[in-house]
Amino acid sequence: MPRRWRLLLTTLLVAPVLSLAGEGEAQQLPEGNSCIQCHQGLGDPRVTPPAERFAQDIHLAKGILCQDCHGGDPASFDPQQSMSRAKGFIGRPKHQTIPTLCGKCHSDADYMKRFNPSLRVDQVQEYFTSVHGKLLKKGDQKVATCISCHDVHRIRAIKDQQAWTYPVKVVDTCGRCHGDPAYMAGYSIPTDVVAKYKVSVHYEALTKKGDLSAPTCNVCHGNHGAAPPGVGSVANVCGTCHGVPADLFAKSPHQKAFAAMGLAPCVTCHSNHDVMKTSDDMVGTTDKAVCVTCHDANSAGFKQAAAMRASLDGLRESIGRAAARLDQAEHAGMEISQARFELRGATDALLKTRAAIHLVDRAVIQKLTDEGTQIATAALAKGDKALDDLAYRHRGLWVSVGIILLVIVGLVLKIREVDRRQDRERIAERRE
Amino acid sequence: MALPRMVQRLTAWLDERVNVTEIWEFVRHKVVPVHRHTVWYYFGGMTLFLFAIQVCTGILLLLYYRPSAEEAYESVQFIVTEVHFGWLIRSIHSWSANLMIATLMIHLFSVYFTQAYRKPRELTWVSGMCLFGIALFFGFSGYLLPWNALAYFATKVGTDVAGQVPVVGHLLTQILRGGEEVTGATLSRFYGIHVAILPLLTTGILGIHLFLVQKQGMSVPVELERSGSPPTTMPFFPNFLLRDLVGWLTALAVLAALAAYFPWELGVKADPFAPAPAGIRPEWYFMYMFQTLKYLPAKIGPLDGELVGIMGFGLGGLFLLLVPFLDQRAARGEKSPLFFWIGVGIVTYIVVLSVLGYVAPGGQ
Amino acid sequence: METPGNARRGFVNVLLGGGIGAMMVSVLYPVLRFLIPPKSGEPTTSSVTLPWKPAEIRVNSGRIFKFGSQPGILVRTPAGELRAFGAICTHLNCTVQYREEKQDIWCACHNGVYDLNGKNVSGPPPRPLEAYKTFVKGEQIVVNKGA
Repeated sequence: MPRRWRLLLTTLLVAPVLSLAGEGEAQQLPEGNSCIQCHQGLGDPRVTPPAERFAQDIHLAKGILCQDCHGGDPASFDPQQSMSRAKGFIGRPKHQTIPTLCGKCHSDADYMKRFNPSLRVDQVQEYFTSVHGKLLKKGDQKVATCISCHDVHRIRAIKDQQAWTYPVKVVDTCGRCHGDPAYMAGYSIPTDVVAKYKVSVHYEALTKKGDLSAPTCNVCHGNHGAAPPGVGSVANVCGTCHGVPADLFAKSPHQKAFAAMGLAPCVTCHSNHDVMKTSDDMVGTTDKAVCVTCHDANSAGFKQAAAMRASLDGLRESIGRAAARLDQAEHAGMEISQARFELRGATDALLKTRAAIHLVDRAVIQKLTDEGTQIATAALAKGDKALDDLAYRHRGLWVSVGIILLVIVGLVLKIREVDRRQDRERIAERRE
Repeated sequence: MALPRMVQRLTAWLDERVNVTEIWEFVRHKVVPVHRHTVWYYFGGMTLFLFAIQVCTGILLLLYYRPSAEEAYESVQFIVTEVHFGWLIRSIHSWSANLMIATLMIHLFSVYFTQAYRKPRELTWVSGMCLFGIALFFGFSGYLLPWNALAYFATKVGTDVAGQVPVVGHLLTQILRGGEEVTGATLSRFYGIHVAILPLLTTGILGIHLFLVQKQGMSVPVELERSGSPPTTMPFFPNFLLRDLVGWLTALAVLAALAAYFPWELGVKADPFAPAPAGIRPEWYFMYMFQTLKYLPAKIGPLDGELVGIMGFGLGGLFLLLVPFLDQRAARGEKSPLFFWIGVGIVTYIVVLSVLGYVAPGGQ
Repeated sequence: METPGNARRGFVNVLLGGGIGAMMVSVLYPVLRFLIPPKSGEPTTSSVTLPWKPAEIRVNSGRIFKFGSQPGILVRTPAGELRAFGAICTHLNCTVQYREEKQDIWCACHNGVYDLNGKNVSGPPPRPLEAYKTFVKGEQIVVNKGA
């Protein structure tokens, strides 16, 4: 039997079985499409996987098949026809051409409207403004293109939790290159960013706390127009979410000073990739504080830092004292829910103070902590009053015990009286 | 005695219907033997007094308490913080429970060491042992009701131990817990046990116990009985009763002081999914058993260490229950040094193991 | 010999009688006060009655109330509906407030914003506010947690 007929027979017999393979919400691969059926039937690790993975691709779901990207004639089972250049077959697209290839549809507004009117159509345009795009134009073969981030032949919808672009997975997608020092050799950017990001609070918020609004690579660097934000724009990037500290920083003397020194706001103290949980220790003059990185001992800035830290510590401690007193009263069984409710005002003030640190103005800080301390002191007083009420119980107790002792004394006297009377009666009886 | 006119008329009215004068005559003629060990006679009445306090404070508490896992803790907190004198009633209830079991144990051992269990008072002893078991169960079930972390885990451990009983262990745990684990179902069940089932049982058995004591009078120590000399006595009314009252009022004063100076803690609300807090331990009256189980090795011969421990406790309890029938010398009216020393051994064991439970470093 | 004895007996009887009387009072007084329910009525674990009448809450306004020892916020929407939420911001636990001019719920600490469904719409809060159920019984507003 001629080779091509044998091929045809095998695929027609084997393909239906194989088409059921594949994990996830596999769709039915279409029948009568020679690309899929031949490639599946071949069972060759070089050409079969694309056909099998395609079962989970969103393009298949929308009715877009192999020929729509690769060209060729899927109606024919004759490889000379199905993969003919005359029929538009392009084979495996060259690295350089991938964005344009995807852009054939994805940059065509009229075309995309048929599928999802709200999808953007400027991705390719944006891509060429990015570092990736610029390097691609220069002929770089290693740089990322559409398929490096979106996968190929198994492209999932963006809301699919398995998608390479789902927020939780983005760091691993970017990390495939940017976290691989061997791959990135020859480029002058750091390769420890993925490891650093993974210890950050942002990553923790995203993965452990399920907060999908927490930033990952694309949020700060952009998606298609990916580029690191420059020193001048970092504050805007962080400030998109962290508006309050960013605004306050912009009003502070640090704004001009940092710009003059070419230092990036936010990042200089808080780092960029390994952003850690902040603590009050960051403020002040100890070696854990960030202030002393620039401010020498006894400089004006040093004194400001010390003053701010002192205010912060003072408020935190008075809240701690009040909370402890309330705990003591509660443990003793007193009702202090009103006081606890009011103490929250002091904790609110503490949080506002921590944000206000970015203004680096000790007068402002002092005013905020004074408000908070006032509330904490009032709560402490309420706790003391509750404990006093407890003391009132002690006094009430001694009154009751006093009364009981009185009765006991009376009883003892009665006992003696009765005993004496009975003795006398007994003696009197014996005499008779 | 000269009675006020009102009381005289009331007595006469009742007498025409129910023979109250007969009861009064009985009380009037009741005498209590006076000897070296008379002081121990007060402890039975003291236990009864403290039980009465439990009933009264318990009834007051159940007017506000809510027996569900969602509300129990909050309802106790409500009682203790908002209800007027709720703190007092609750603390008295908790302290009196402990005091009652202490006096009960003194009563038990004083009866044991004076051999008062001997013929003809075997049934009094047996009913008393039943009351002891009921009292321990009162304590165990009541302890869970505030639904705080300590109580939750203590109950878990305690019901786990019950599961070690051979053959019926698993069934027993299920019945106690109202399921496989300690849950709100356990709380409901323990509540029913604590406020309905046990009080009902107590009413019956206590009634029998008190009736027997009245019918048979007070037992005297063996040597006094054998000496044959006429016993010195004091009238129950008013002499002994007045002395009883002194004791009861002292206990009341002590309870009030404890409630004011050492109020019973609320603890933190039970969270079945949190790990057990460090240092959980049962109330002092279970401590010796708890500590013993900690010391037993995992395996003794072919058996589980814990199982051997539980069987040991079971045998010990059975021994105590049957002592009137085992102690033949006492039945004959003789002193029995063997049982005396066994008793000393038991008391020493309980005291030593309880103390160790508090001072020994945690975890063996 | 009899007279001083009688006088003594009289004294003891008075002492005993008076003492017992005082003791009865010092026992019965707490018991009676215990039986009278306190003002708060019942534990505020899952439900609380607010100290305001429905008519007092103006349209497009909100106020903080105490639920146990934690704050809640009662809101009357511009459409007139009464709603209640936990007032603890899901970001870092500051107490939120109602903003009349924006008709939303706002957290002053870091500019978190919630809509009138309690949903976190902008700023740092990661989750919506805890939603409570509100019931109006005559002149009383009752707020319930949970199912």
